[in-house]
Amino acid sequence: MPRLLFEKTGPAVFISHLDLMRVFQRAFRRAGMLIRHSQGFSPRAIVSIALPLSVGTESICELLDFELSAGVNVPLSEIPEWLNRTMPAGIRVTDIWENGRKLRELTHLDAELILEYDAGIPEGAVEAISAFFHRDEPIAVPKKTKSGMTDLDIAPMILDLRLSPISDRELRLTCRVCAQNPSLNPALLATALELHLKPFAPDFCRVKRLEILDSKGQPFR
Amino acid sequence: MTDLLNRLLPTVQKPARYTGGEYNQIVKDPKDVDVRIAYCFPDTYELGMSNLGMRILYGVMNEMEGVWCERVFAPWGDMEETMRRHQLPLWALESQEPIKNHDLIAFTIGYEMSYTNVLNMLELAGIPLHCHERQGLKHMVFAGGVCAYNPEPLADFVDFFSLGEGEEITVEIVSLYRKAKNEDWSKDQFLREVAKIPGVYVPSLYAHNYNADGTLAEIIPAPGAPKTVTKRIIEDLDHAYFPTRGIVPTTEIVHDRSNLEVFRGCIRGCRFCQAGFSCRPVRKKSPEVLYRQALESLEDSGNHELTLASLSTSDYRGLKPLTDLLIPYCQENKINLSVPSLRADNFSRELMEKLQTVRKSGLTFAPEAGTQRLRDVINKNLTEEEILDTCARAFSGGWNNVKLYFMLGLPTETDEDVLGIAELVYKIIKTWQQHASNKKRGLRVHVATAFFVPKPFTPFQWEKQITPEEYLRRTKLLKSAMPHKAVEYNYHAPDLSRLEAVLARGDRRLGAVLENAMRNGARLDGWDEYFRYDLWLDAFASCGIDPNFYTVRGIAEDEVLPWDSISVGVNKSFLLKERHRAYDGKVTPDCREGCSGCGADKLLKEVHCDA
Repeated sequence: MPRLLFEKTGPAVFISHLDLMRVFQRAFRRAGMLIRHSQGFSPRAIVSIALPLSVGTESICELLDFELSAGVNVPLSEIPEWLNRTMPAGIRVTDIWENGRKLRELTHLDAELILEYDAGIPEGAVEAISAFFHRDEPIAVPKKTKSGMTDLDIAPMILDLRLSPISDRELRLTCRVCAQNPSLNPALLATALELHLKPFAPDFCRVKRLEILDSKGQPFR
Repeated sequence: MTDLLNRLLPTVQKPARYTGGEYNQIVKDPKDVDVRIAYCFPDTYELGMSNLGMRILYGVMNEMEGVWCERVFAPWGDMEETMRRHQLPLWALESQEPIKNHDLIAFTIGYEMSYTNVLNMLELAGIPLHCHERQGLKHMVFAGGVCAYNPEPLADFVDFFSLGEGEEITVEIVSLYRKAKNEDWSKDQFLREVAKIPGVYVPSLYAHNYNADGTLAEIIPAPGAPKTVTKRIIEDLDHAYFPTRGIVPTTEIVHDRSNLEVFRGCIRGCRFCQAGFSCRPVRKKSPEVLYRQALESLEDSGNHELTLASLSTSDYRGLKPLTDLLIPYCQENKINLSVPSLRADNFSRELMEKLQTVRKSGLTFAPEAGTQRLRDVINKNLTEEEILDTCARAFSGGWNNVKLYFMLGLPTETDEDVLGIAELVYKIIKTWQQHASNKKRGLRVHVATAFFVPKPFTPFQWEKQITPEEYLRRTKLLKSAMPHKAVEYNYHAPDLSRLEAVLARGDRRLGAVLENAMRNGARLDGWDEYFRYDLWLDAFASCGIDPNFYTVRGIAEDEVLPWDSISVGVNKSFLLKERHRAYDGKVTPDCREGCSGCGADKLLKEVHCDA
């Protein structure tokens, strides 16, 4: 099944997962390409997006699988340009290929958190935050489950973490975390600071997904 | 650093409705623009983006060079709270700038219960509520939409109203505003000039004086202001502007599809229906133009659903040629074609069956009244035989779901009429037992009753509304008469309909009530989760206004009406004649059978009424 790579940035970060599928279903129609529909009472165009992003998170490495209807003949390489002509602000298709790897081989992702401190980065923040995430102890973050709230230990799901200031009020935190079985939403790193390292918790944190990876650390396509 | 709005958006429900950025939104460079318009819809994004009128006028205004019209919607409660807490003023979607930066503030108002949203949006924008507090040309507020036909409750807050169809008049208004801005006119000068545009009503140019008993004594127009302002219409719909390149929302809206209006006006004349009279005369649109616009709209939007809209689509003469063109296209392209507002005639039945090949929809009737006698009174030309025939066909074709809509509290209604609803439902159940092709799945009959609200510009504009207590008694009577397990009965709560009745026929004195209710927290009144009747009752009490004056009192035929300065083209004498025919139980044939001389055809200069 063909797969495309796309970005979700700017105002588009607030488009929910379900709405995003509708955005693509329409974009294909606008490009004059009918995609395969489900059977049954009310047929729907079939598109599937891997690893749903949380609302508010940016990404430059989203995957969407689709299938063109029988009889639609468009060279694959032309599809990104066709789609990009009518996309809402912030959605841009960057690559496409014939057959995607099996999604279960996607195991990790790289993300960036920009920690924003309105009164300037507190002194010693880089060291303190780094030490907090690198110490050999559980980091509990509350997580909503079907049966209520439970504490999730995010420490084992963080593989790598680096920090660097990008201005006197913004700190860049990059990390590699588990994706699927189990998944870690990188935004929870900021939640952990809020809960356990209050003096160094940012006023706001924006999150961006940078790359998705297989178990060998290679970009997953 | 992330700005305040973008920090707050992740904390509210459905943030995509506040960001703009959709495909086909219109962004202009402020340097190339000399008139900026904040076009406000006084309800949520999901409703406003579903409004065809707003889409048309958004396009019309943005077609004007040097004019940038942007969209503004009412925030949902959580967002409003957030905005107030962080002092974030109301912004326009396209530029994300506060609407304080705009010149003109326009509203489309289609529902009385959104009046508090109009006030609340002005407040959230930081724009003074009252006309007299807004000096100069900046932040002039104007409004259109069906509520503009009796705009008096909003007269304190809205500088002027645009009556009728907006495609042409809006351009005239904005052009005049631009001239005024360039020449630095005073607000008074502008209002005097804009009142000369046919279809513009400037409330401040009309003095309303009252009698001791609270009724309206007289309306005195200022020198130079027209005695009567007549609504505007578009005569040639084939050549009128229609947006086939509309904004495609990135989040789901109420009517998430392409919408085509097949004609305007209505030949029916149901005596309770405001649209049926106020949208006259009937003007056609050709099937060829509609077919072209359908394809353009679908291809440009990527929508997979198309609706043919009008007040009564079966009455569209071009329905057969249009659907003959559309059905194959929709089948080939997997597009759901929906045709609501069909009557129970033969062609419509065939059409419904054909549409089933694309998608199966429910069966809905609006008999409005339970007995033929009362249906004759309201001139609802739908017989029991037609309903039962259509049901029989549908049941044998596999349908097992029927929705029926009625009103309670109609003029002359008796308990016999109320129980007539139950009798009709019982006959439908019998019909199902005789004709159902598959009885195993069972039958569902959904019955809904609304509380009759008398509206201006209808033959019932003088009528009383029954008391909420009496309405509830009738709902109980009806419920007890429909014990069958196949029947599900829902009725509208009377509180909202009572307020609707007050505002629909309200006068200027209600401005104070609106303001009081809004200041105490009334907003999003059309939404159950926000509607608070107590705030309204308090507002009436503290303003010394009795809501019963506007509802159960009824209006004498010789009384001056608050909307007497406005004409929708239908003569008052015709409405009065229709009222008397209603009391005599006389039906009036539809306009196609014979013209009854309502007067609306006089609005046409180039074409004839197409009834």
